[in-house]
Amino acid sequence: MHELPVTEQILKVVLDHARKAEAHRVVHVNLVIGDLTTFVDESIQFYFDFLSRGTEAEGATLHIRRIPARVRCHACGGEFAPDGVDWRCPHCGGLGGEVLAGRESYIESIEVE
Amino acid sequence: MKKVEVVTDIMSANDQIAQENAETLRAHGILTVNLMASPGAGKTSLILETARALDGRLRLGVIEGDVASRIDADKVAAAGIPVVQINTGGACHLDAPMIRQALRALPLDEIDLLIVENVGNLICPVEFRLGETLRVMIASVPEGHDKPYKYPGIFTAVEAVVINKMDLAPYVDFDLGALHEAIRGMNPRAEIFEVSCRTGEGIGRWAEWLWAQWQAYRPAK
Repeated sequence: MHELPVTEQILKVVLDHARKAEAHRVVHVNLVIGDLTTFVDESIQFYFDFLSRGTEAEGATLHIRRIPARVRCHACGGEFAPDGVDWRCPHCGGLGGEVLAGRESYIESIEVE
Repeated sequence: MKKVEVVTDIMSANDQIAQENAETLRAHGILTVNLMASPGAGKTSLILETARALDGRLRLGVIEGDVASRIDADKVAAAGIPVVQINTGGACHLDAPMIRQALRALPLDEIDLLIVENVGNLICPVEFRLGETLRVMIASVPEGHDKPYKYPGIFTAVEAVVINKMDLAPYVDFDLGALHEAIRGMNPRAEIFEVSCRTGEGIGRWAEWLWAQWQAYRPAK
C-alpha cells in the first residue's frame, strides 16, 4: 500500500509539468520501474485513477516500462539477468554480483494536449 | 499531442527531505541506522541488546515506528534511552517527513548513534530513504533461508544483514549455509552477523561493527 504516497508524488510531478507546458489534458504518463523495486503496476494505476479525478490528468493512461534486473558477476565480471531464485552467473557459475539495473523508478515523460 | 520530457524520480519529494534529515544528523555528528525487518524478527530486542553491548561507549537514541501503540517505545525508554514513538496510523513504512518531525523531539546533542526502528515489513520501507547513514535488516531464523529470493528489494539495498534467533536454528528447518549463499549472491558487500538477542550470542561482534562504523563516520562534535 506504499503506492498511495508514491502515486500522489507521481501525480504532482505530472501536473506540474503539464501546467508548465500549458496543457489542458494529460493523455499518457510514461513511467520506468525496475523489477527490483517494490512497486506494483496495477496498484499505481488504481491510485492514479482515484487521485487524478477532477485534474488535467483524469483519464490518463499509465505506461509502465519495466526494467529487468541485471547483475555483474563478481567472479568473472560477466553480466546476466538473475531469474527468480537463480542468481547464478550463466558464464562461470559464480553466485550473484553487483546490481546494475532493476532499481529504477522515475517518470520519463508525459504526453499532453 | 505533445510529448514533455520529465525524467524525475518518483521518490524525489521524499528523497529531498531525507537529504535535509541527513544534513541535520551530520551536523550533530549522529550516525543513523535504518533498521528494517518483518514483524517479530527482533528489532526492538536488537536495539536493547545493542545498547547493553555498547555499554555507554556510544550514546543511543531511538525512533520507534509502529502502526499503533507505544509498546516498543516504552521498552526502550525503560532502558533509559531517549526515544520517540511514531504511530503511522496504518501506513506500512516510515518516510522522511515523519523522521524530520521526530528529530525535533530528540536531544540531538546528546546522541551519537540513532537507531530508527522501521515498521515491520520487508517491502515498503525499502523505497523510502529517511536520511540514514546505514540500512540494516534483520532476517530471523524461523523466517527461513529462502527469503532473499522472495524479497530481493530489501536484501540488495542494505549494508548489513543481522541473522537473529540463532538459538532456534536446531529446532526449525533452516539452512544457514543457504542463507549466507543467497545474501552473498545478491549483495556481496553486505556484512552478515549471526546473533541471538535471547542468549547474547554474536551481539559483541555486531556492536563492534557499529562502533567501527561510528569511528569511520567520526563526527566533528
